[in-house]
Amino acid sequence: MIAGLVQFTYLVATALFVFALHWMNAPATARRAVYAGVAGMALAIVATWAQPEVVHHLWIVVAVVAGFAVGVPLSRVPLTAVPQRTALSHAFGGLAAGLVGTAKYYLWFGEGSGQLTAFRTVALIAEVLLGFLTFTGSLMAAGKLQEVKWIPQRPVTYPFQNVANIGLLALAVGLGIAVVLNPTAGWAPAAFAVIIALALAFGVLLIIPIGGADMPTVIAILNSYAGLAAVAMGFVLDNKLLITAGALDGSSGLILAIIMCKAMNRSFTNVLFGAFGQVQQLKTGGEEKVYKSETIEGGAQVLEQASSVVIVPGYGMAVAQAQHKVRELYDQLKKRGVSVKFAIHPVAGRMPGHMNVLLAEADIPYTDLVEMDEINPDMPQVDVALVVGANDVVNPAARSDKGSPIYGMPIIDADRARTVFAIKRSKNPGFAGIDNELYFSDRTWMLFGDAKNVIGDLVKHLSGGSGMH
Amino acid sequence: MIVLTAAAEAAPQADLWSQIFVFLLATFIGLGVIRRVSRLLHTPLMSITNAISAIAVVGAILVAGPDYPVGTRVLGAIAVFASMTNIVSGFLITHRMLKMFKTEPRSGEGPRT
Repeated sequence: MIAGLVQFTYLVATALFVFALHWMNAPATARRAVYAGVAGMALAIVATWAQPEVVHHLWIVVAVVAGFAVGVPLSRVPLTAVPQRTALSHAFGGLAAGLVGTAKYYLWFGEGSGQLTAFRTVALIAEVLLGFLTFTGSLMAAGKLQEVKWIPQRPVTYPFQNVANIGLLALAVGLGIAVVLNPTAGWAPAAFAVIIALALAFGVLLIIPIGGADMPTVIAILNSYAGLAAVAMGFVLDNKLLITAGALDGSSGLILAIIMCKAMNRSFTNVLFGAFGQVQQLKTGGEEKVYKSETIEGGAQVLEQASSVVIVPGYGMAVAQAQHKVRELYDQLKKRGVSVKFAIHPVAGRMPGHMNVLLAEADIPYTDLVEMDEINPDMPQVDVALVVGANDVVNPAARSDKGSPIYGMPIIDADRARTVFAIKRSKNPGFAGIDNELYFSDRTWMLFGDAKNVIGDLVKHLSGGSGMH
Repeated sequence: MIVLTAAAEAAPQADLWSQIFVFLLATFIGLGVIRRVSRLLHTPLMSITNAISAIAVVGAILVAGPDYPVGTRVLGAIAVFASMTNIVSGFLITHRMLKMFKTEPRSGEGPRT
């Protein structure tokens, strides 16, 4: 009776999860998605906890309380820290799967008998491999995003790196096969432990060569792995709710990763194993390229007289936390009847949808956030393209320069606007380490400085020099 | 003893195929549903799918709760903690982000969502 009730509850929870993701298809229905998800999760937890075999409750209660204690502050991080928080939560997800797999293996090993069937053992090995590599890989990703001191920002590469990584993985898989064939052998537990260690190492080594700018794809892939680890857990525990919910997460991560890769015109293997930092050839010599730079006053005047402005945000805006100033500029321009749109490149920022969230936080109506493919055809009629902390996503070299590491990547055609203003902290190249031809174009005027300050000053001029701050 | 082993082997096998069916179908559903998610919402999508994948808490409870050796239950409890953290922070932050998506700027009369 209880078993039937539990399964029924799991069915309802599954349906709720599918609805939740379905409702995410538009901002108007999206809030329901959270309620459905919470309901599904609550049902699943209660149904599981209520099962008769669960007798030790204290630690579960403590763990749940601790989860709230850590989870609530984590949800309050500033929006610019969302990529790191997301990576951190992938780490927790991988850890949970890895730990459960470990616990189950040793438990069943201890019980002898026929618990460790071939299929279960395969699922267990998959679970711990995926779980633990996602754990350390995501920790590394979070560290890179947070710019933690001892984790290098630039790709770390060394000779034969890919060979070493693949070798490590092959070793782990080989050991796994050995364990599957002899799950109860005396050496199997030790081999299992080695597999875990290899998975932990692999996670670190996999992420080290990946640069900050590739993080959107990496985070999406890790999202997928965390889901797959949950699927593996579902196979191990014969739990269809786990399999389904894990598959939903897995396919979500996969789709996002594919979108990111297409947006950078690179394949998975290239992102994971391409060691982007190595590919660039530093162009030395050649003529001294000349920037044209403009004063704030000049910039404000041009903006005032424009009839259409497109703002192209990038990671620099996030770093400078300039989105609220951008909103003020938006307001000032709209007051003057200027049409203002935002051109959002799929991989601008450090995770999928990063720019949208920052601009939404600044209360910019989401109807003014336009996808790259939709806005590019309009760019030649745009009076001013204002590039705020975006670099590679507006670099025309992606179109024309076959030798460039970003060649082939779709970009926002900022260079096709009538005038371009580019706000940049300094003259240093962006993460791709290459020069941006946009900055040297005849139509481009640089506004050097911190995005927040530059835009703040522009706003002051537009509001007649009597800024309300 | 052999019969018991055979039975233990047989039971997981029977379910194996239905598990695979479920995985296949769930993946297709996932692909279909996620493809339609607006690009505007990709960031909250990541955080909500994180929270959903923390369904691993179910497995963790089943490892921490029953009458298993202490070592097993410790691992389970840590897994419960890790999953609960994801559940709480994932849903909360998704909600927080979704609240911000508006069609009208704050100053005007916004549509009721």
